[in-house]
Amino acid sequence: MDTSAFRRGARDAVPLLLGIVPFGLVAGIAAVNAGFGLTTAVGLSVVVFAGASQIAALELLGQDAPLTVVVATAVVINLRYLMYSASIAPYFREFTARWKAVLAYVLTDQAYAISVASYRSDRPVDRKWYYLGAAVTLWAVWQVTTVAGALLGTGVPDAWGLEFAIPLVFLAILVPAIEDRASAVAAVVGGALAVLGAGLPLNLGLLVGSAVGITAGVVTESVWGASDGD
Amino acid sequence: MATSYDPVAVAAAVAAIGVLTYACRLSFIALFGRLDEIPSGVERLLRFVPAAVLAALVLPSFVTLDAATFAADKFVAGALAAGVAWKTEDVFATMATGMGVLWAVRFLF
Repeated sequence: MDTSAFRRGARDAVPLLLGIVPFGLVAGIAAVNAGFGLTTAVGLSVVVFAGASQIAALELLGQDAPLTVVVATAVVINLRYLMYSASIAPYFREFTARWKAVLAYVLTDQAYAISVASYRSDRPVDRKWYYLGAAVTLWAVWQVTTVAGALLGTGVPDAWGLEFAIPLVFLAILVPAIEDRASAVAAVVGGALAVLGAGLPLNLGLLVGSAVGITAGVVTESVWGASDGD
Repeated sequence: MATSYDPVAVAAAVAAIGVLTYACRLSFIALFGRLDEIPSGVERLLRFVPAAVLAALVLPSFVTLDAATFAADKFVAGALAAGVAWKTEDVFATMATGMGVLWAVRFLF
């Protein structure tokens, strides 16, 4: 084990914790809010370990949405890991299959971003231990804050509307995801259709909004790209 | 909005989400050498997943078209938090604004 690389990864993850802590608290609060206890909150954080999908799944379970809708929504939110996996794969190619299995489990937006930035910089680093330093730090803080959120969620009166923190956390990650015209169209179409379809059964508003929003983004990009090329 | 699912159904859903999420994370890391890149058509779809899905999750929490369930406090708090998110791109500032405005509207007016 390269402890200095591990420590460096952990240290580089520290500034990102300010964003992780409220997010983890909300993941715990969302579990309590949906009628679950600490076991479900921690179970999701350990088994799934992907904040936005955990919170979305809890919200939908709390509304008694069909289980297929719960699973599909959570997995669609996590499809972005395919992109991170593809992007970081060349840096992990020399590791054994067993190490790859471990490294993949703790792959998150933040661990990916920190590690790839470090690998692309000039300073040499032990790739595996640097990544683990960042990723394991994020994992541990995520578990602790989920537990804290679940405990906090049971003690706060309903009038405080703590469940409102759930859409706020999504909002905080939605805005940076709107990076150009096409992704703005995807968001506006997805959001508007979800509002229009809010009363429909089977959470059709969410499903149709997401699917049509993604399609609108692709269409916008191809039209915009074509006019750029003229 | 407490769930009426039994613990076994919830555990099954958690396990399914966990396995499929892990499969996404492991996919290209495990397959490198045999499959090195995401097909470009798939990648173009994936790029819009966060914006479309998150907007579809967020917006109905701030706005409803049904006058009976429309909540002015959530609408105002959501709008101001969106402005802060836009300016700062900071999770903590966004949440502090949203909760602060919600409480101000709810308890002071």
